[in-house]
Amino acid sequence: MSKEAVTKPIGGGFLLEPTSAKDIFVPEEFTEEQLSFADTADDFMEKEVIPLQDAMEEHDKKIELNTKLMKKAGELGLLMIEIPEEFGGLGMNLSTALRVSEAIAKSGAFAGSILAHNGIGTLPIVYFGNEEQKKKYLPKLASGEMIAAYALTETGYGSDALSAKTKAVLSKDGKYYVLNGEKQFITNAGFADVFIVYAKIDGEKFTAFIVERKFEGLSTGKEESKMGIKGSSTRPVVLSDVKVPVENVLGEIGKGHQSALGVLDIGRLKLGVASTGGSKEVIKQVAQYTNQRIQFGQPISSFGMIRRKLADMMIKVYASESMSYRTSGMIDNAVHALDHNAPDYSKKAAKIFEDYDIEASIMKVYGSEILGFVVDEGVQSLGGYGYIEEYKVARAYRDARINRIFEGTNEVNRLLIPGAIAKKSMKGELDFMGKFSEISAEAESGKVNKKPEPGFLGVEKLATDIAKKLTVYTTGVAVQKYMAALMDRAFQFGRGEYIFEQLANMIIDVYAMDSVVTRTLKLKNMKGEPAVEIPVLLTRALVYETLNRTTLTARQVLGDVAEDNAAEFAGYEKALSGLALTYPLNVSGIKDKIAQHIIEKESYSL
Amino acid sequence: MKILVTVKRVSDPEAKLKIKPDGSWIQTEGVKFVVNPFDEIAVEEALRIKEKQTGEVVVVSIGEKVVTEQMRAALAMGADRGIFVNYTGSYDSYDVANILQKVVEQEKPDIIILGKQAVDDDMGAAGFMLAELLGYPQAAFASKVEISDDKKKAKVTREIDGGLEVKEVELPCVITADLRLNTPRYASLPNIMKAKQKPVKEVTVDALGAAVKPRVTVKKLTEPPKRKGGVKVESVQDLVTKLKNEAKVI
Ligand SMILES: Cc1cc2nc3c(=O)[nH]c(=O)nc-3n(C[C@H](O)[C@H](O)[C@H](O)COP(=O)(O)OP(=O)(O)OC[C@H]3O[C@@H](n4cnc5c(N)ncnc54)[C@H](O)[C@@H]3O)c2cc1C
Repeated sequence: MSKEAVTKPIGGGFLLEPTSAKDIFVPEEFTEEQLSFADTADDFMEKEVIPLQDAMEEHDKKIELNTKLMKKAGELGLLMIEIPEEFGGLGMNLSTALRVSEAIAKSGAFAGSILAHNGIGTLPIVYFGNEEQKKKYLPKLASGEMIAAYALTETGYGSDALSAKTKAVLSKDGKYYVLNGEKQFITNAGFADVFIVYAKIDGEKFTAFIVERKFEGLSTGKEESKMGIKGSSTRPVVLSDVKVPVENVLGEIGKGHQSALGVLDIGRLKLGVASTGGSKEVIKQVAQYTNQRIQFGQPISSFGMIRRKLADMMIKVYASESMSYRTSGMIDNAVHALDHNAPDYSKKAAKIFEDYDIEASIMKVYGSEILGFVVDEGVQSLGGYGYIEEYKVARAYRDARINRIFEGTNEVNRLLIPGAIAKKSMKGELDFMGKFSEISAEAESGKVNKKPEPGFLGVEKLATDIAKKLTVYTTGVAVQKYMAALMDRAFQFGRGEYIFEQLANMIIDVYAMDSVVTRTLKLKNMKGEPAVEIPVLLTRALVYETLNRTTLTARQVLGDVAEDNAAEFAGYEKALSGLALTYPLNVSGIKDKIAQHIIEKESYSL
Repeated sequence: MKILVTVKRVSDPEAKLKIKPDGSWIQTEGVKFVVNPFDEIAVEEALRIKEKQTGEVVVVSIGEKVVTEQMRAALAMGADRGIFVNYTGSYDSYDVANILQKVVEQEKPDIIILGKQAVDDDMGAAGFMLAELLGYPQAAFASKVEISDDKKKAKVTREIDGGLEVKEVELPCVITADLRLNTPRYASLPNIMKAKQKPVKEVTVDALGAAVKPRVTVKKLTEPPKRKGGVKVESVQDLVTKLKNEAKVI
């Protein structure tokens, strides 16, 4: 394969090649218009939604309030961002949609409702619907006249959703399909008008259907009592002899997985960025509280362990923000280059989202886990008050938990990351094994460059480069060793997963390092060095800790792969020492400065 | 009916501000800027009057180029066009009133609505000065505005200590908006996009023929003194002694 194809930013390409700061999109490049969109979302959440949060949790008011708020969100245009202009939308790009999702994430529950509608509910029609379906449904979904839901999961089939058992049978006159089955845990089920339902035609061909609530035979079960996002509606959807006109088959028959999985990639990116938004909100509350709370005669924000928590929160949020918008920027560039008037435009756009499935899974895992970290340390920072519902962090803690479960559990997404890299290498989209041989030779002969280039973030650039090499090397060794075993289901799901999980963690970490370093470089080029004091601190702390973790994980994976064969491990050891990079850093000194900044601003602010 | 509304760019009232080391002004790096909340109320009121009467809402902002961001926000709420008075340098309330006077003389609006004050420097003077310079009747701190059927008068309710005062003023007049006048609408996403196309006329102070020579200048900003921690007193006697000898309040 040609070299050129690898160097332009492609999904997963960050692992193999250095990233150029000028190629990435950073949130500081948002236009006034995009920021105004986010302001409207922010205002709407603050003034209309947050005051109703408690009331929405009551089962008898939930449906009415969600319906009312969705209508209002529709009037403000918050539901039309990604819908093409010719179908009543604004036709905005993914970065815009993500920025608005970040703002909406202020209330976990209603964010769940809106994001399910805007994302997995509506986008299957945007990308896979035919002209008639788009004309019929999109304008109403854009205005909020109709609310959408996505029904894939079943009681017996969660992570393994493509094996779902809901059946579709063509009627004798060929005019409609008869659907039978039961879907489980469907967001918005209580008030949605349109359901994207996945079912197997004749028990075989996995296919998507647009099913309206008013079709006879569709009913919803009882509201679930949930741990968090209690204000959202989650119910089973029961389909008994529902007649769905053949015109409502969405996409190709037997190719339902395309839309089922395709929109999940976008959903995962949104979930990642929404987690960033939720985290920022918690940082604000924790900073304010710890500044006011006095113990031992001084504000608790003066204690090292509390300051460390605040600094870690901000470092992780900076990383996740950098990764999210970098990803959406790449996707937007690729989509922008398409001919928007071509008849197969939507299909091609959907293919681009699929090309970035590695990044989408990374964002889903990274975003939901940093949010988990932030809410956990958030509750801890408030002590006993953090455990009391009167304080907002308690709700944030409960609401955060679902993010690691839905839109593909974090386990499933961790499996997808090395899986997608393998697939891309096999298809020749990524020259992974070529890079692996190059790096092994370099590492084993001790020729890896370990001299940072002088100047701005020189060490951090080098550290990122080393982390990439460590990750490619470790992954490559594992792939070589288990090439044959990978075909074996028992290995794949069993022992293999121990290795995949760690490899996924390394790849996620590399993306984080790469994204913060390039963002901070770009910011320096945009604003000059004095203006990026805080980003530099965040970058240095993140890169230092992440490189240490990556080095350790590489050693552990190689130990696993060597399977107690000392001679085999000795070979890996040699490469590991060739790839070892250590440098001294007063990382707690850096964190203390970061903490001081948060405490003064009482918010996440660069 | 033509209504002129002022829109000032101010730092987000929720932002934690820091003062520049030389005390000349606040540090603006990383600070979010918004439409002065009272001006937002003024824009909303103008839009409501327009919706009842038909007419035009014109917004005016003074300052450097960045102030047009807030002007766009007002246009996204629904105002029809903007006048951007490009001026770099310091100015006081009287200068603002002078500049606005010239704008009013050109535009000849029926009503001028300002926020009762800007939440950054809290001067709250421009509205009064403008009415005086124009020789127009004024109704400050409005909590309700009703336009007469013949469009010649405005009945303005003001919240004053201990009750309400209702004033009737003849148009053209100057009104300043108080907090409870209305709840400003949100700028919808489609309207934000439309606002990009709305006309904004840029003028300079010189071209308007307004003289800017600040009579009030900011000498220095300082943070409020840090509050010292309290002390626990052992007994009532102790408290009385401290109040007498240390605080010297009894
Ligand atoms: C509040 C809420 C809203 C939801 N909204 C929707 C919706 O709108 N539409 C919809 O279709 N679904 C929705 N879901 C369903 C959700 O996507 C599933 O719950 C999720 O995919 C997991 O499936 P499961 O619950 O059956 O868990 P299981 O698949 O049974 O998983 C149980 C555990 O096993 C792990 N596991 C499973 N397979 C593997 C593997 N191969 N390797 C390693 N670990 C594995 C999982 O990660 C998990 O930890 C929602 C769920 C909830 C709780």
